[in-house]
Amino acid sequence: MVSPEKSCCSCSCQNVSSSGICAITSINSTISLKNRIDHFQARWGYKRSNHRVIPGLYKLGNPNAESPVFACANYTLSFDVLRSALNCLDGYILVLDTKGINVWCAAGKGTFGTDELVRCIESTGLSDVVSHRKIIVPQLGAPGVSAIEVQRRSGFNVNFGPVRAKDLPLFLKTGTKTPEMRRVDFPLYDRLVLTPVELIQVIVPTIIITIILWFIVGNMAALAAIVTVLTGTILFPILLPLIPTKDFSMKGLILGFILAIPFAVGYALSQGLPLWAQVTGALVPLLVIPPVVAYLALNFTGSTTFTSRTGVKKEIFRYIPVMILLSATGIIIGVILGILRLMEMI
Amino acid sequence: MFNSYQENTLRFYQQKCINCGRCIEVCPHGVFAEGEKAVRLIHPKDCMECGACALNCPVQAIDVQSGVGCAWAMISAAIRGKDMDSGECSCGGDSGSCCGGEK
Repeated sequence: MVSPEKSCCSCSCQNVSSSGICAITSINSTISLKNRIDHFQARWGYKRSNHRVIPGLYKLGNPNAESPVFACANYTLSFDVLRSALNCLDGYILVLDTKGINVWCAAGKGTFGTDELVRCIESTGLSDVVSHRKIIVPQLGAPGVSAIEVQRRSGFNVNFGPVRAKDLPLFLKTGTKTPEMRRVDFPLYDRLVLTPVELIQVIVPTIIITIILWFIVGNMAALAAIVTVLTGTILFPILLPLIPTKDFSMKGLILGFILAIPFAVGYALSQGLPLWAQVTGALVPLLVIPPVVAYLALNFTGSTTFTSRTGVKKEIFRYIPVMILLSATGIIIGVILGILRLMEMI
Repeated sequence: MFNSYQENTLRFYQQKCINCGRCIEVCPHGVFAEGEKAVRLIHPKDCMECGACALNCPVQAIDVQSGVGCAWAMISAAIRGKDMDSGECSCGGDSGSCCGGEK
């Protein structure tokens, strides 16, 4: 059983006019400076669950009973990308309560789903607002929305629109989706905008580890920690399609190994140490950096647009033991070298 | 080698297909294509198990165990001693999250 507060859809009427009819909030396509600041904060994960639009029915331009209806998530970025794409068009936007989550992620969780859509259609009185029975739902909402069920329960015919809101004007004009409009890609810009959140997620442990390494081991180890995290969270998403192999973990190991080489050379060339200590010292970055980058790379799977759960699970079972083995060996060697050094044995 | 994405849980029972084309319309990776009497499964390895096709198939000709391919969610579930498949994508929580797309 779902508790009443949770099952309650807040799509209901926000403002009731004097005549007792639900007044639909008017909006426009302009993205203001305030919106841009909000988008920037959302991108950096600042107050993550605060980037919400009040669920309900909105009107854009001067729509009439024949105008199209678009369903949307109540995440400000989703809502703003939709209304700006519909510049100079008249229509209605039905904002579902997805708890401030974008359409695709919410569809995966079911919050952008059949139940919520049907409930919002009913609670906003949409069937009295428009004369037709069509609703354009973003294609990426399809993992949560069963068009057949929506039709059966609300009478509204779901028309899955293009993946990207920017294709909407052409889609409305032609009434058909080209294969490109259906396909999801993951270009550099889309990967780049996700990197701040990736970095923010690991920033606190990174700072702590960097400080510890700086005090105990030295400047180079502290620098290695920072560069490793930046490589895993920013450089990896940028280079994603260019790194060989399919598995994210393997890609991360390759990228991490390349990054570790200069640090290994640095330790190998350190003065005043016997040869065996120089060689084992050089092994430490080669053993520790690749698995850390690989772990951060593996965690990027959730942000991508193409990894299946079966595949990611297989990666976890295949590579996590390797990552643990490599990093543990490297850390143990590093600790032994450190102790020997403290005891002035080397 | 080094490709964990060769297999997935997508199953297509072509004999049930009524060729309505809904799966082609909702699939973000072009896994299905038009056919003469039934839809054709052309790129099964590209399936990301989002489940849109199975949910929208009127005759249950498609079966897929849908889920989010997010290592972060699965590893956190495993660490907390829960079933990995129950690992809900934490997007929207106040703490960490795995996705920030605007789509």
